[in-house]
Amino acid sequence: MTTVRKTYKPLPMEHYIENYAIMPAVDDHFRYCPGCGLGLAQSAVVRAFDYLKLDPSKIVTVSGSGCYAVMGQYIKAHQFHGPHGAGAAAATGIKLANPELTVICLQGDGDAVSIGAGHFVHGARRNIDITVIVFNNFVFGETGGQGGPTTPLGSKTETSPYGMIENSFDICQLAIGAGATYVARSTVYHAWHLTKCVANAIAHKGFSVVEVLQNCHELWGRRNGMPQASQMLNWYRDDSITVAQAKEMSPEQVKGKFVIGEFVRSDKPEIGEEYAKLIARVQKKG
Amino acid sequence: MTATITATAKATRRLLMGNEAICEGAIAAGVRFYAGYPITPATEIAEYMSRRMPEVAGKYVQMEDEVGSIYAIMGASGAGARAMTATSGPGIGLMQEGIGSAAAMEIPLVVVVVSRPGPGAGDATGSGQCDVMQARYGPNGDNAVIALTPSTVAESFWLTVKAVNLAERFRTPVILLTEGLLGHMREVIDLPDYSKIERIERPRPSGPPEKYETYALHKIDEISPMADFGSKYRSVLHYVPNHNYAGRTGQDALKFTLNHFHAKIESRRDEIIMTESLHTDDAEVLFVAYGTQARSAHEAMNRLRARGKKAGMLRLITLWPFPYEEVKQAARAAKVVLVPEMNTGQVQGEVLKALRRHPAEVLGVNHLHSDPITPEEILDKLTGVL
Ligand SMILES: Cc1ncc(C[n+]2csc(CCOP(=O)(O)OP(=O)(O)O)c2C)c(N)n1
Ligand code: SF4
Repeated sequence: MTTVRKTYKPLPMEHYIENYAIMPAVDDHFRYCPGCGLGLAQSAVVRAFDYLKLDPSKIVTVSGSGCYAVMGQYIKAHQFHGPHGAGAAAATGIKLANPELTVICLQGDGDAVSIGAGHFVHGARRNIDITVIVFNNFVFGETGGQGGPTTPLGSKTETSPYGMIENSFDICQLAIGAGATYVARSTVYHAWHLTKCVANAIAHKGFSVVEVLQNCHELWGRRNGMPQASQMLNWYRDDSITVAQAKEMSPEQVKGKFVIGEFVRSDKPEIGEEYAKLIARVQKKG
Repeated sequence: MTATITATAKATRRLLMGNEAICEGAIAAGVRFYAGYPITPATEIAEYMSRRMPEVAGKYVQMEDEVGSIYAIMGASGAGARAMTATSGPGIGLMQEGIGSAAAMEIPLVVVVVSRPGPGAGDATGSGQCDVMQARYGPNGDNAVIALTPSTVAESFWLTVKAVNLAERFRTPVILLTEGLLGHMREVIDLPDYSKIERIERPRPSGPPEKYETYALHKIDEISPMADFGSKYRSVLHYVPNHNYAGRTGQDALKFTLNHFHAKIESRRDEIIMTESLHTDDAEVLFVAYGTQARSAHEAMNRLRARGKKAGMLRLITLWPFPYEEVKQAARAAKVVLVPEMNTGQVQGEVLKALRRHPAEVLGVNHLHSDPITPEEILDKLTGVL
């Protein structure tokens, strides 16, 4: 099992750009709002590719609809940019059809656990060897800031103007419950920690989930007292605790904190490998 | 189960259900990925594929629902596999976003629809021809569609081969519209040697990888080469239709692309449209029929001929793009055109379109329930008209 060395020194940005990035045309710009956490998240993803020395022609990114979804267009890899929520299901088809590919599912929280929740949990149950990176910004960004299944209780969005009254999903707990074999959470403030989680998730054989807490100061922050990117980033810095720290604390103390780190790393049969064995068994009989 | 047939079997005679013949046709045509969700009367396809796929080193996966199924085959096709799914009534509704997206992304795949009648759950164990319009207009955005419909078990095999090849050739989803009745009907079929079956490859890129663009089109009806995920050509499959086509951007690209989806298929009607004509040269009574109900129409035609009436039949094998020209030709001498179908007149409407300025009377014999239309009913419709 690969674990990212603590001593890995990030290289100059040019290095990643040259190997794994596709820059927008000169007269174009990145399609994220200024300061959006997606930029930091994207850097972490390409650094993880670089760390693992992945061949870009063997990587496929899969995305659906959302602010995050343009990310695939800036990454030097094959890309499946399909319908909203299709992520884990399309990735399942890609990986089963060609197990040699590294399949990275980029998803928004809406994509992964709202419209695509069924595919997400069943991908985890099958333990298909894909990596799902969920960019959780607490809202539906692309459609203008509506609430969704990750919107914190009481917070305001376009569709929860009086404060959200529905409970939210804990994406990591959902993934663990469904059987994911690598589950971690990080934030865009913890850029290096995030890079390690993504690299470990990709290196892990099985359904890997990394939840990335990503600031959307434009649509969520603005309505909830944090209109600046820095305010949200500082919040992630100040209110995050590690998995180990959380274990030492009482549930009341953990409440309201962001628990970051690896929750699960386990070995279970992976569907693609199991299918290969099945083919061998069936063909021997025939 | 009799002896298994491998992918390159010698020709064998078998007694197969329509649904099973579809699976064998798919395998013969090189389908090596199947994702689906069981639903009557299409279930045997999932069952049969779960047994057959590993035998031919293909993959079968039972997805969580039909939405997942269509996305999974879209992904698998992107990775270079020939991919198929099958469903019925409620399932096809769920797949529509995926089918439209596959058309926009130009992903080849085959969707088998074993139709049942009625809205909601309808008659789950029954049969119908209710999805003709859904095949064409089901997805949002009015994309062009290829839909084929078999009448016999043997044709279920051959049209599946054809569907796979058309999908690959045109980089588009192809729908095989069959019916519960045919799916569950057993007939003797001579399966060919699969190694002799023609397999049309999707257009693949050549030349320098740096120059490759997934949708670099210059002419509206051109079909751009498709690279597999994992090849040295960077494949970017995109469901937003204003990809940058040959230097076009924004609205111009959108217009170009939306028209392209239609143009690539419309301009090749000759390769797609299949019909069967019987006595149409002098037919004063013309039956335009398809699927299982063409078998009743055939019998009705024979009985009329035996009585010395000039009856003929045009059997539609391709439903979309609709064979307007072929209908017009077949109806040259017609005084009455009769369309028996197990819906309220979905094909009849298209026949009326084809015969806009034609004097013939166009009548339908329609069933909304699962019982097949009998030759007697068809003939009854003609009393007083002939
Ligand atoms: C079937 C379907 N329903 C609704 C939409 C509209 N839609 C586009 S993006 C989106 C939500 C995106 O939220 P999320 O996945 O969290 O990503 P973000 O924009 O926040 O990055 C919605 C509802 C759609 N594209 N398709
Ligand atoms: S709306 Fe929010 S998530 Fe979307 S780009 Fe802007 S800051 Fe980022």
